[in-house]
Amino acid sequence: MPKKGTKSSKGTEDEPKQQQKNKLPEHLEVQRTRVVCKADAPTEGFQYAGAFAAMGIDNSVSADKFCKNFKVVVNRLTEDDMEFDMIGIDASIANAFRRILIAEVPTMAIEKVLMADNTSVIADEVLSHRLGLIPLDADPRLFEYISENDVPTERNTIVYKLHVSCKKGSPRLTVKSGDLEWLPEGSQLPLASPAQSGDKQKTYTSFSQSQKDILEKPLGVKFKDITIARLGPGQAIELEVHAVKGIGKVHAKWSPVATAWYRMLPEVVLRKEIKDADAEMLVAKCPVNVFDIEDLGNGEKRAVVARPRTCTLCRECVMGPTGEQVELRRVRDHFIFTIESTGALPPEVLFTEAVRILEEKCERVISELS
Amino acid sequence: MEHGTVEDSTASTFSIAEEEHTLANSVRFVLNQDPRVAFCGYSIPHPADNKVNIRVQTTGDPANDVFKDALQDLIVMCQHVRGTFDNAVVDFRSKCPQTGIAPNDEMTEQSTGFHKEIANILTS
Repeated sequence: MPKKGTKSSKGTEDEPKQQQKNKLPEHLEVQRTRVVCKADAPTEGFQYAGAFAAMGIDNSVSADKFCKNFKVVVNRLTEDDMEFDMIGIDASIANAFRRILIAEVPTMAIEKVLMADNTSVIADEVLSHRLGLIPLDADPRLFEYISENDVPTERNTIVYKLHVSCKKGSPRLTVKSGDLEWLPEGSQLPLASPAQSGDKQKTYTSFSQSQKDILEKPLGVKFKDITIARLGPGQAIELEVHAVKGIGKVHAKWSPVATAWYRMLPEVVLRKEIKDADAEMLVAKCPVNVFDIEDLGNGEKRAVVARPRTCTLCRECVMGPTGEQVELRRVRDHFIFTIESTGALPPEVLFTEAVRILEEKCERVISELS
Repeated sequence: MEHGTVEDSTASTFSIAEEEHTLANSVRFVLNQDPRVAFCGYSIPHPADNKVNIRVQTTGDPANDVFKDALQDLIVMCQHVRGTFDNAVVDFRSKCPQTGIAPNDEMTEQSTGFHKEIANILTS
């Protein structure tokens, strides 16, 4: 394990040549690139572009420089969750991605519930709310937004029906999300009786073609085992739901992520060698086992930083008698980003969508200004 | 919408509707990195108003141009993030297609490769 934080030339933002010539003294370099977590509170550094201009150090981040230094390393990627390291980016932009992921990447969610029959103990509005929160297995990029006066069509609405009943004399029935049945032809509930007997029956949607023809795979729900309600003998639920495209800002049911978060890379530095009894104490103090004991031979032991990434910054190690010897830092431009998808889109797609949305925001403002 | 004076184009406030911290803070960061900018800050005048005001004062250039350049820079940065991210995902998939977890994840005791990679990035 290479020991981190002992070199002063850690300016990832500086060009190698300039770095050789104009190196900041170590304590200033730490101030520039790290957040130091003291026992009482973290210390703030400088972010202003000309902060170290007097020392010949350019603290700015131009687009060119950013492109040269930005790096991404994926640590974990599964169907619905991922973790990656984003290096060389400012917190303001990383935070923009996080905010967009939670509140502005669109998904499909149930918005309207047409209740034909509900004799279960669960009230209509509670049942509707529960239905709204069910993650749907539908790619939102294939659909359009529907506005208030729009007619629901195959391009902006997905229709499901739920028709379950519990027979008299049978045991209680649990209604699961898997009981929702996709209606690719649109609503089946009649709106009004036809004017002439030959006219087609009008329903709550006006699909001009079946969704089966425009979509590659059938739509359903992401998880079939979510409990929606429980029915007693003789009770029944009959309803139809309309799912539309929306964003998490309007209602959390449209949020594509269970959550998305980041943390700065922790860095633990031992300023002095910590030996023997003190080392044992330090290892015992840490609840996430950041430190290890190294045997130096002839009965001597020394504490080493073995797993700094697991550090939660509880600051237990910087308190107490050995507190002065340990320094806890966070790398200012290194983010460990985690995305947990609810299932509509895979996490890597969600992130690219989020970045694209930020681009679109910029484009919109540029076009408004000119 | 831009609010400035007719005589002085170096200082302006841009009032952007239907935007909030997400865009404003990112643009504020990019503007503060521009040497032409003397001052930049943003505020949301009232939480019920769906708008954000971004103040830009420059050392001589028209604030409008500097502001547009910052937005353009942000677009370039985003495109680069997207490209780099996609490459990293492809890279990861080719390395460990089945497990979905990097072979040298931090949870394993002998975490060598991954940490080395990070350490190299940090020290380079």
